[in-house]
Amino acid sequence: MKTYTDLEYLKLSKGQKLLYKISRFFCSIPQKIIGLFAALWNLIKKGCSLVKNEAVDIWSTFVNGDWKTKVSFLVMGFGNLARGQILRGLLFLLFEVVFIGYMILSGGYWLSMLPTLGTKGPEEVYDFVLDAYYTVYNDNSFKILLYGVLTIFFIIAFIYTWRVNVRQNKLAEQILAKGKKLKSGKDDLRSLVDDQFHKTLMALPLTGILIFTVMPIVFMILVAFTNYDGAHDGYYSNLFGWVGLDNFNTMLNWNVNSGGSVQSYAATFGEVLSWTLMWAFFATFTNYFLGMFVAMAINKKGINLKKLWRTVLVMTIAIPQFISLLYVSKMFAKNGIINGFLMNMGWIDQALPFWEDPTWARITVIITNIWIGIPYLMLITTGILMNIPADLYESARIDGANPWQQYTKITLPYMLFVTGPYLLTSFTGNMNNFNVIYLLTGGAPTNPAASSAAGTVGYTDLLITWLFKITQGAESQYYLASVVGILVFVVVALISLIVYNVLPSIKNEEDFQ
Amino acid sequence: MSEKNVTAPMKRHMGLRTSRAIGNSLIYALLICISIIWLVPFVCIVLQSFRVELKGPVGYVIPKQWGFDNYVALFQTDFPRWYTNTFISALVTAMLQTIIVLCMSYTLSRFRFKMRKPLMRFMLILGMFPGMLTMIILYRVLKDLGMTQANAVPGLILVYIASSGMGYYVSKGFFDTIPKSLDEAARVDGATRFQVLKKIILPLSKPIVIYTILTAFMGPWGDYVFAQYISFGTSSGMNVAVGMYRWLNKDQIANSYTMFCAGGVLVAIPVTVLFLCLQKYYVEGVTGGAVKG
Repeated sequence: MKTYTDLEYLKLSKGQKLLYKISRFFCSIPQKIIGLFAALWNLIKKGCSLVKNEAVDIWSTFVNGDWKTKVSFLVMGFGNLARGQILRGLLFLLFEVVFIGYMILSGGYWLSMLPTLGTKGPEEVYDFVLDAYYTVYNDNSFKILLYGVLTIFFIIAFIYTWRVNVRQNKLAEQILAKGKKLKSGKDDLRSLVDDQFHKTLMALPLTGILIFTVMPIVFMILVAFTNYDGAHDGYYSNLFGWVGLDNFNTMLNWNVNSGGSVQSYAATFGEVLSWTLMWAFFATFTNYFLGMFVAMAINKKGINLKKLWRTVLVMTIAIPQFISLLYVSKMFAKNGIINGFLMNMGWIDQALPFWEDPTWARITVIITNIWIGIPYLMLITTGILMNIPADLYESARIDGANPWQQYTKITLPYMLFVTGPYLLTSFTGNMNNFNVIYLLTGGAPTNPAASSAAGTVGYTDLLITWLFKITQGAESQYYLASVVGILVFVVVALISLIVYNVLPSIKNEEDFQ
Repeated sequence: MSEKNVTAPMKRHMGLRTSRAIGNSLIYALLICISIIWLVPFVCIVLQSFRVELKGPVGYVIPKQWGFDNYVALFQTDFPRWYTNTFISALVTAMLQTIIVLCMSYTLSRFRFKMRKPLMRFMLILGMFPGMLTMIILYRVLKDLGMTQANAVPGLILVYIASSGMGYYVSKGFFDTIPKSLDEAARVDGATRFQVLKKIILPLSKPIVIYTILTAFMGPWGDYVFAQYISFGTSSGMNVAVGMYRWLNKDQIANSYTMFCAGGVLVAIPVTVLFLCLQKYYVEGVTGGAVKG
């Protein structure tokens, strides 16, 4: 592949420039992959050296430290207590006591069960006193996995705290050696609203994220490697086990068809994914350009009642989506208002199949999404449009540019430049736009080839609604839902990565030259 | 000769004016069309909520017989309970979520600490996982804690606010626009970080605080998935979205479509009124913070 110098590049025509850029991108892929591995290797090397440094540091702290420090290796916070930092010392000690107590009482059990996820299922036990059978629920795989993950989190937290404890002893020795005073408990508390204020502020939000987002995600990733479903989660059995990569094989192998449907899961996945991408593309860009257009129309000089037009549009944001979407979905129904209106006017004889025909349904969904999305885009673009320096247009007009030229040469590059990141997030957001699809169509019309006993799949189903349907289906195949979830993540991450890699070059290109 | 020279530009000017007038009237026509399209569903829903003669969906808009029957019927269902559930969770969520989001965004905007960049990247990656996946386990955990079904409201609030720290983007974008020199001046004068936040930043952040409250308040009104999961099958724990969704099922729609319209009007009124009152702040928030990301 020939590389051009800047001067040669500028001489190329527009089409050649684009071709050149695209081919450059593809040519750079091997290089980028090598770069990725190099970065990974560097990361591993960095991690290894970090561990080594930490180990050396811990060892030297132990060898060189005084007896207070040495005891602290076993009894956390002892050094703090002995040196008069009562508050810190007590906190460390308390954490250690709680940790050891938890590990002995239950943590050890959960951890030991994690490799098998439990072996003894529920059984009927005869009670001699009552002369009746009753059920004993022995191992519960769900709980084992859940608390196993929790315990691992707890152990990591403990190791980290222990490391902090060791480091603090070293620092305290150094400070005392210099003849300075250590911070008292009062100083510590004071710093929590001052120097360390960020820790105070973030403690609550981060705890919430850790417990309600990070841990569930780790759990659900692990579920993808088990056979956890509705049949393994209930009265007759609460045991499930590790199955390795079987579920990924089920989902991604074209030759495996274990779902009882006409086509394999891989085929269904491919269909749903391609519609998801198509939908995200159209939903993002139709909204973007039409929203910008409406904003420009309202902002145009000489148009009165600007506030009224905006308020009318903004109404759709205010009204909860489930009302507007459900209502609109019924408006387009066979016996809905729109078909009724068209038939009363005599324009059609038969009801239009807005939700019954796959292509019709897909187009109707996109159009309805425009109705939902334009107001947001109108608000966002209004602010940016106002920021474009007016003298740019002035000079363009003097040079004889017509409105279309002004739009393509000034407005659009400026907008793309500013809203590039927003476009990316709205693209990935649309890929996961559950509400619009689920409330409008529920995935309908059904795709008979893809549906099975495990659940129906429709032509307007996105990956995210499919995932939801899998968990709601008769068999509740949570493991498959997790696999789909992980694949959604992979797709979103890939797209983001590519766009972020390409975007800077676009930005520099289209910055005002 | 001189006459010609004067009139030609004037003529062109006149032509320009008429073409602009035509352009503007075209835009007016367009805007009126758009307004009609945007308002039709809402007008229809209000009109149909007053229809008495038939309770199912029909092909015409204007009722043949007017009345408040549907609104009266609403109060014989669990609708008041759903309404209260939603209202309470929206109110509590609005307060707590605002605090959490502001803490997070203020910290990430103002403090420079070692883990800042990795933390933001980590949250970006976390956000790429479909949140719905976590519902399965959250449901089980909340069930063990007794916060599902009939007691769904506290569980729902917990789910709404717990991860709200990840939605810091918009308000961080706003805080970034407040000059840092203000903080530094106050710090030089001996104010603690807490005092800086309380006395300088918060008074300047009224628009973003209101924006955050407003969006947090509106969230629970439209939530379907989480509420459906947590209240699973128990009418008294549902919110309006879950409860009313069932009215449009195939077997219920013939009897409860107009009731859905009436319920929709009652749900939409407070949210819309609030929204239109605070619209100014919403627009500021969206245009100021949303794009910067």
